[in-house]
Amino acid sequence: MSDPVTPLNGASFQGFVTVTETAPQGMITLRGDLAAAALRDAVLAVAGADLPDMGRIVINGSRGCAWMSPDEALLLLPRADVPDALAQLATALEGSHHLAVDVSDARAMFRLEGAGLRDVLAKLTPADVSPAGLAPFTLRRSRLAQVAAAFWLTDQQAAHVICFRSVAQYVFDLLSTSARKGSEPELFDS
Amino acid sequence: MLTLTCPCCNIACDETELHPGGQAHVSRAGPDSGDDAFEQYLFLRKNPRGVHFERWRHAMGCGKWFHAARCTVTLEVFGTYSAQTLEPPQDILDAIAARRPDWQGFA
Repeated sequence: MSDPVTPLNGASFQGFVTVTETAPQGMITLRGDLAAAALRDAVLAVAGADLPDMGRIVINGSRGCAWMSPDEALLLLPRADVPDALAQLATALEGSHHLAVDVSDARAMFRLEGAGLRDVLAKLTPADVSPAGLAPFTLRRSRLAQVAAAFWLTDQQAAHVICFRSVAQYVFDLLSTSARKGSEPELFDS
Repeated sequence: MLTLTCPCCNIACDETELHPGGQAHVSRAGPDSGDDAFEQYLFLRKNPRGVHFERWRHAMGCGKWFHAARCTVTLEVFGTYSAQTLEPPQDILDAIAARRPDWQGFA
């Protein structure tokens, strides 16, 4: 199998917040009845974490799971483990109505690091990114300027952004422009 | 700016994260209906000055459709509720009655 290549080859930008495209990340979209025990067990086995509550994401080492909608979860795992995980899900959920798809190549992922990351996001999204509105490990699906994106904070100094691969360059440019030195709005005390 | 809380994912969405779906609770005129009924279903929409029921899709989010009751004059939102219903639920009607005592009701 050929090596996975991220859309921007790990581009990074150093502003008042550092924007970095992360290494290839395995992602599986899982749709089905999120309340079903079989599905929850399968998520725990594959993602190494229990399916989180509405609007949340859990990260456990190199794996994780995000609540995306009432019938959709996003599983994060090492890229190389995706084919095995899909086979595992197919076995575990056989006979129940579900959909599990490898979307690793369909997405781009960025990491924001720095105290001003809430400022960087606030310039681009209508979502409430204040400390009260966006606590760490709350997954907010919203938009960045003109395109859909999802983001969450791992702590007050680091955040991840996921968007579609086709708009990776656009989102990277947005984040870089927003993080340019000298343009800090300093809206939040963080 | 209109802010609606999506009942499916509990996120307070800005209008720009949503896709408008027009008037809510439009029931389809079936094959046995006459031309007038079908025209009513297909083209004729309410355009009230005041309380209005609308469909919205949380396009930049969970992707689900939901219903919202709001005032077209003040943009006051009375509530949002599931799309899997044929008429507004009682708690929404109560909320509207509390704020608009002379509202004529859902018809």
